[in-house]
Amino acid sequence: MADNILHIMSDAPRPLVKRHHWIVRFTHWATLVLLIGMVASGLQIYGAYAKFGERGGPYYVNPFQDAGFPGWSRLGGWLAGGLNWHFALMWGLVGVGLLYLSYLVASGEWRSLLFRRRDVRGAIAMQQYYLHLRKDHPPQGKHNPLQKLAYTFIVLLGVLSVLTGFAIYKPVQFSWLTALFGGFQAARYWHFWAVWVFVGFTIVHVVLVFAVDPPSFKAMITGWYRGRFPSHD
Amino acid sequence: MIDRRGFFRLAAGAGTASLAAACQWDGGDVVRPRLLDVSRVNDWVSEKLLYSPTRLAREYASAARTANVPSYFISQTLPLLKDPTAWRLRVDGLVRRPLDLSLDDLMRMPRTTYTVKHHCVEGWTAISTWHGVTVAAVAERCELLPAARYARFASFDADYSNGWDLASAMHPQTILAYGMNDNPLPPAHGAPLRLYAPTKLGYKMTKYLVSLTFTDKRPGGYWEDQGYPWFAGI
Repeated sequence: MADNILHIMSDAPRPLVKRHHWIVRFTHWATLVLLIGMVASGLQIYGAYAKFGERGGPYYVNPFQDAGFPGWSRLGGWLAGGLNWHFALMWGLVGVGLLYLSYLVASGEWRSLLFRRRDVRGAIAMQQYYLHLRKDHPPQGKHNPLQKLAYTFIVLLGVLSVLTGFAIYKPVQFSWLTALFGGFQAARYWHFWAVWVFVGFTIVHVVLVFAVDPPSFKAMITGWYRGRFPSHD
Repeated sequence: MIDRRGFFRLAAGAGTASLAAACQWDGGDVVRPRLLDVSRVNDWVSEKLLYSPTRLAREYASAARTANVPSYFISQTLPLLKDPTAWRLRVDGLVRRPLDLSLDDLMRMPRTTYTVKHHCVEGWTAISTWHGVTVAAVAERCELLPAARYARFASFDADYSNGWDLASAMHPQTILAYGMNDNPLPPAHGAPLRLYAPTKLGYKMTKYLVSLTFTDKRPGGYWEDQGYPWFAGI
């Protein structure tokens, strides 16, 4: 009898729950569009001097040294066009980022997203589950500890991109910031590498959405979620 | 409602952005002028909020010099003076005393020497030593009028020129350089006289100078008129 009830319960339609505020959904998709524009205009700018290090070398380790990125991946047509796109979209991306962070703070939602010391144990359990070292999915709130780690990390990567960008933009006025990253060429280097971490993150992010929790994709569009994970902590 | 409409706009935006990326789009007739408007906003932010007229660029030891510093000019061939002795720097515009300064006149004025890092808009950097006279000293000598707000530097390299805000021109490290790496300025780097400032991107430093004109209207420039940021202070 008890088995029967469980069976019925698991087959019953899961409740439709509100998962994402419109600010979260708007900033999520706006970030995607703006980031594509920033990367594309950034690759255009990179083409003007496709290496890192003082003129004459030595140059930093870089598999893309002297690489010309294909036309479809670049935005702006020439260096000035790339710069103007980059410095215009920058306002949008920073604005959207600040809106998102302000929302997290104002709503208190940062609590379910910020990775903290107490999440370390849970993150290890999740990793064991993904590596099939553990059979059952560890219990979680809105996000599991690995997701918290990922979403905290990506915000920090955004901050790093803005700061390294600033260090390249004003290396004399903000020479202390440029020095913090190891100088102008090193700041360019880290700014460039942040791109590939963003790209890698996006690929893993999309794969996990469709492999683990497809309803979460719909939730990021409509705000409503009907899936296997809790929607609130 | 806001979000639904927002999503349509986003979808349209995403489509446009990918299309734009696909054809290396500079924005076309509709978006490009808006991008240039934003560039003017960025100029304002850079000039009024992020620029300190007293902050000095870092100086390096002469041992840190870069061996081969690239140079370029706009003309088909290296711009050379037919008669170097006849060359004068014309200083005019909003000044009480317009001047025609020979290289000797400039060399008799107080000399500024520094070893600094050059930042090209392309992304490369190179360290060199430059010596010359500050623009501020020339401005004092020609008795600049209070109405002056900009400086226009013109060259004999085709129609290359640059427009500068007065605060950047008066910076203690903004010089009219007649020497590089302890030697006379080589023709490839703008002989007999070029503008140099470690607080600006390279394309703001007019080479092959012929005139310095103080004005109250913002002068354009060779690259600036084609869309490169006007202020270009770093």
